[in-house]
Amino acid sequence: MRYHRPGLDVLAHTILIIGALVFMLPVILAVLASTQTPGALFSGTLPLWFGASGLDHYLTLLSEPVRGIGVPAWQLMLNSLLMALGIAIGKLTIAILAAYALVFFRFPFRRCCFWLIFITLMLPIEVRIVPTYGVVADLGLLNSYPGLVLPLIASATATFLFRQFFMTLPPELMEAARVDGAGPWRFFIDILLPLSKTNIAALFVIMFIYGWNQYLWPLVAMSSADNATLVMSLKRLTISQDGTPPWHLATAMTVLSLLPPVVVIVIMQRWFIKGLVDTEK
Amino acid sequence: MSTFQRHRVTPWVLMAPQLIIVLVFFFWPAITALRQSFYVQDAFGLGETFAGLANFTRVLSSQSYHEALFNTAIFSVSVALGAMAIALLLATMADRVLRASRAYRTLLIWPYAVAPAAAGVLWMFMLDPTLGVLSRALEALGVHWDYRLNGHQAMALVIIAAIWQQMSYNFVFFLAGLQGIPASLLEAATIDGAGPWRRFWTITFPLLSPTSFFLLVMNTIYAFFETFGTIDTTTSGGPGGATRTLVYKLYQDGIVGLDLGGSAAQSVLLMLMVGLLTLVQFRYVERRVQYH
Repeated sequence: MRYHRPGLDVLAHTILIIGALVFMLPVILAVLASTQTPGALFSGTLPLWFGASGLDHYLTLLSEPVRGIGVPAWQLMLNSLLMALGIAIGKLTIAILAAYALVFFRFPFRRCCFWLIFITLMLPIEVRIVPTYGVVADLGLLNSYPGLVLPLIASATATFLFRQFFMTLPPELMEAARVDGAGPWRFFIDILLPLSKTNIAALFVIMFIYGWNQYLWPLVAMSSADNATLVMSLKRLTISQDGTPPWHLATAMTVLSLLPPVVVIVIMQRWFIKGLVDTEK
Repeated sequence: MSTFQRHRVTPWVLMAPQLIIVLVFFFWPAITALRQSFYVQDAFGLGETFAGLANFTRVLSSQSYHEALFNTAIFSVSVALGAMAIALLLATMADRVLRASRAYRTLLIWPYAVAPAAAGVLWMFMLDPTLGVLSRALEALGVHWDYRLNGHQAMALVIIAAIWQQMSYNFVFFLAGLQGIPASLLEAATIDGAGPWRRFWTITFPLLSPTSFFLLVMNTIYAFFETFGTIDTTTSGGPGGATRTLVYKLYQDGIVGLDLGGSAAQSVLLMLMVGLLTLVQFRYVERRVQYH
């Protein structure tokens, strides 16, 4: 049904277009600034079009050790990618297995396990950052890949979603599998995994973005330059002794840091929306 | 739900990875924090003595904790209300234009993917005292802008960056909520002669209240914790502690200042606050489920 108010439709489109532009503005300006020569950028005129440097700053950042960090940006990006994939894959794996056990099995202390896991739902790592650092140091895992990833997957969001999804499946599904003589592993691999494809894709997008964007934990746990990630290194380019940061590099670095997750979210938009709205039900 | 009954070991094999990780990397640190909050470390970190509630009274009576609490309150309320109000406006407009709403959704959701730290840098550039586009506009209006010296301006900077980043999250939920409102209700109101303004405030807005309430909690949690990167890359809690939030203070005292007892007490206080929020959230969700 339409309410015949063409004037309101025009207003709606206008507000939405202005909104979309305002939200894009910071990124557009950062992209423009990242193509300027330092001279042009600091001369005082606003860059309203691409500058003379083109992609030079990006190539410099990617190929040479970045000032104040010590490794080139491609290595930071690789570390970020490994962290994001480790978090996404690790979290999905442990979550789907645990949810399978919680929904399809009866075993002693099942409720106890349930609560142990779900109490973690709302307490992010930032709250327990100091003792987590202590635990990871005691285990000798500082500056190691497991030390980076494991504390970040110690939460229940994905487990919760899989549990909700498994509980909506018809019980006949399992009866049929049992009549056919399928054991728990057969049932899991041949029936449950294929049915969970959409949920896995949705959670993967969310966890990948969550992982890529981590800041505090990598900053605390990864002190050596070889292990630094891109997002945690941004600050090195925004602080400066003389007051004004090297904006031509800082903007290029920021664009590098936001490009991969933004591409992922735009391409996988459908799964992202589903994952986001479902996790919070 | 029918279940596998006769398998004793399999469920434990399935549960083991998640249980071990949660026990080692969640409960062990959480319990350590709880224990440490009741102890005082000596100056060399060699021994510790039981101190009762001394850490808590020290933290709760310190001026800088009060300031951080106040900053967090201002910051969270501004971010939650700002990000929700803009999202609700844009989602209502997007819901109205039906077929085009998907295109607008694509144009409006991508900031969700930008790291809070990167959002901070983007707005820091927009508001850079010498180069920033917005700071020049402000200077032209007669506002002297330098967030590195002015605490209120520094707070405004991190609030804007956080709103920019969090808006898209709220937008997705408000749009989903709006599209779930039965058209028949709005039709009935139209027939009764209610205009769009009235329809929004008497039907749409009340029906969105579960979504709004949920988003309020989620936005508060976002402002409390995930904005650490935004604050650290832009203002580092300054100038003079004007943007030092509870989590930022926890980081400064615990990781930089190595005050184990004090930071543990702060951790425990934060856990209590979040626990309370979660409890309220669950209570509310339960009540909502009963209505259906």
